Amino acid sequence: MIQTLEPILAEHPLFEGLEPQYLSIIVGCAKNVRFKEGEFVLREGREADTFYLIREGKISVDIYVPNIGALTIHTVEAGEVLGWSWLISPYRWHFDAQVLKDTRAIALDGKCLRGKCEEYKEMGYELMKRFSSIIVQRLQATQLQLLDVYGVRR
Amino acid sequence: MIIDPMLPTQFSIKRKVIENHDTFTFFLEPIEPNNSFSFLPGQFNMLYSFGLGEVAISISGDCEKSLPLVHTIRAVGSVTNAMKVLKKGDVIGVRGPFGSSWPVDLAKGKDVLVIVGGIGLAPLRPVIYYLLNHLNDYNRISLLYGARTPEDRIYIKELETWKDKIDVLTTVDRTTKRWHGNVGVVTNLIKKAKFDPKNTVAMMCGPEVMMRFCGYNLRDAGISQQNIFLSMERNMKCAIGFCGHCQLGGSFICKDGPVFTYEEMKQYLDLREV
Repeated sequence: MIQTLEPILAEHPLFEGLEPQYLSIIVGCAKNVRFKEGEFVLREGREADTFYLIREGKISVDIYVPNIGALTIHTVEAGEVLGWSWLISPYRWHFDAQVLKDTRAIALDGKCLRGKCEEYKEMGYELMKRFSSIIVQRLQATQLQLLDVYGVRR
Repeated sequence: MIIDPMLPTQFSIKRKVIENHDTFTFFLEPIEPNNSFSFLPGQFNMLYSFGLGEVAISISGDCEKSLPLVHTIRAVGSVTNAMKVLKKGDVIGVRGPFGSSWPVDLAKGKDVLVIVGGIGLAPLRPVIYYLLNHLNDYNRISLLYGARTPEDRIYIKELETWKDKIDVLTTVDRTTKRWHGNVGVVTNLIKKAKFDPKNTVAMMCGPEVMMRFCGYNLRDAGISQQNIFLSMERNMKCAIGFCGHCQLGGSFICKDGPVFTYEEMKQYLDLREV
């Protein structure tokens, strides 16, 4: 029996409390995916056409620095969202994302969802609010990271 | 207990453990064999490096084992840098214990969140020991630990053993690809921890800016401000509320603290003038 992804989407914090009719629309753009440790999920500079709701595992979001290697900016785990560049022009990834632990996720087709957001403006507004909240949280966390709060003050 | 609070007692270094590049732990025994020592989790001692001066350092051992007296120290100033080069058999002066303690009794029957950043794990290690010794008295226990890098973490082997009994979530601010754990600020861990906000006591220690933002997150998660506790740090001299060096508003950190409720301290956490 094929199980629909709708209940899984409904349980994810990103879509928690979302109107059921919107969930039915979104599920049409969703599919189950799995990634093995070491696999790249996103690559800097490539087209951002998907985002992921992580169900299990761990992924690092990295930036490659010549002569140093990949520096991890943050990690995402179960219950979190990977990727927002699909929502904002020019729809291009700014970082790499590599799997640290085997990962199960729901992949959402960004192009498909952008089209649906244009068609169903209220749903689009709701999604924009939810992604804005994630973007702000990540921005604030990065600002705190930049403070180097555990470093020695001279 | 030390009778005259201004008179240091001589303690000898029985063992020294290097925790990381700038942090070390002393295991101390009194020179006079009849001297015992008891303390509450969260209290601190004034440690005296002869000829240089004193520093306030939290006690980081098990309060149910009177000796050795355990102190984890980060070498950041003249006194602590002098202590860093001391070795087994060397002697330092100890005054204490001083100050208020973590609310381990209030937390009984509740979920417990212990949130620490950097060297802030040391003042809360006595709480971890106490909780581990009395696991049945508490609900879910979570330790959320933020460090600068994986190499800056302290008590690394113990952290692994604690994972068998309590939830231990660790994150670092920066790293290379060798680290497969979490990367990000410690506030990110709060939403990953399992707790009932209506029945949780949170205890946190770390840089004030870290505690300020953790305070916002804990409040937003629904934990009452009376059930959020933090340890404050100021330049302490006398440690008994006489000299005023550590005064913050109407409180002396040495005597009224260092452990306060968030409700008592929140007004100072984002006040630029203090």
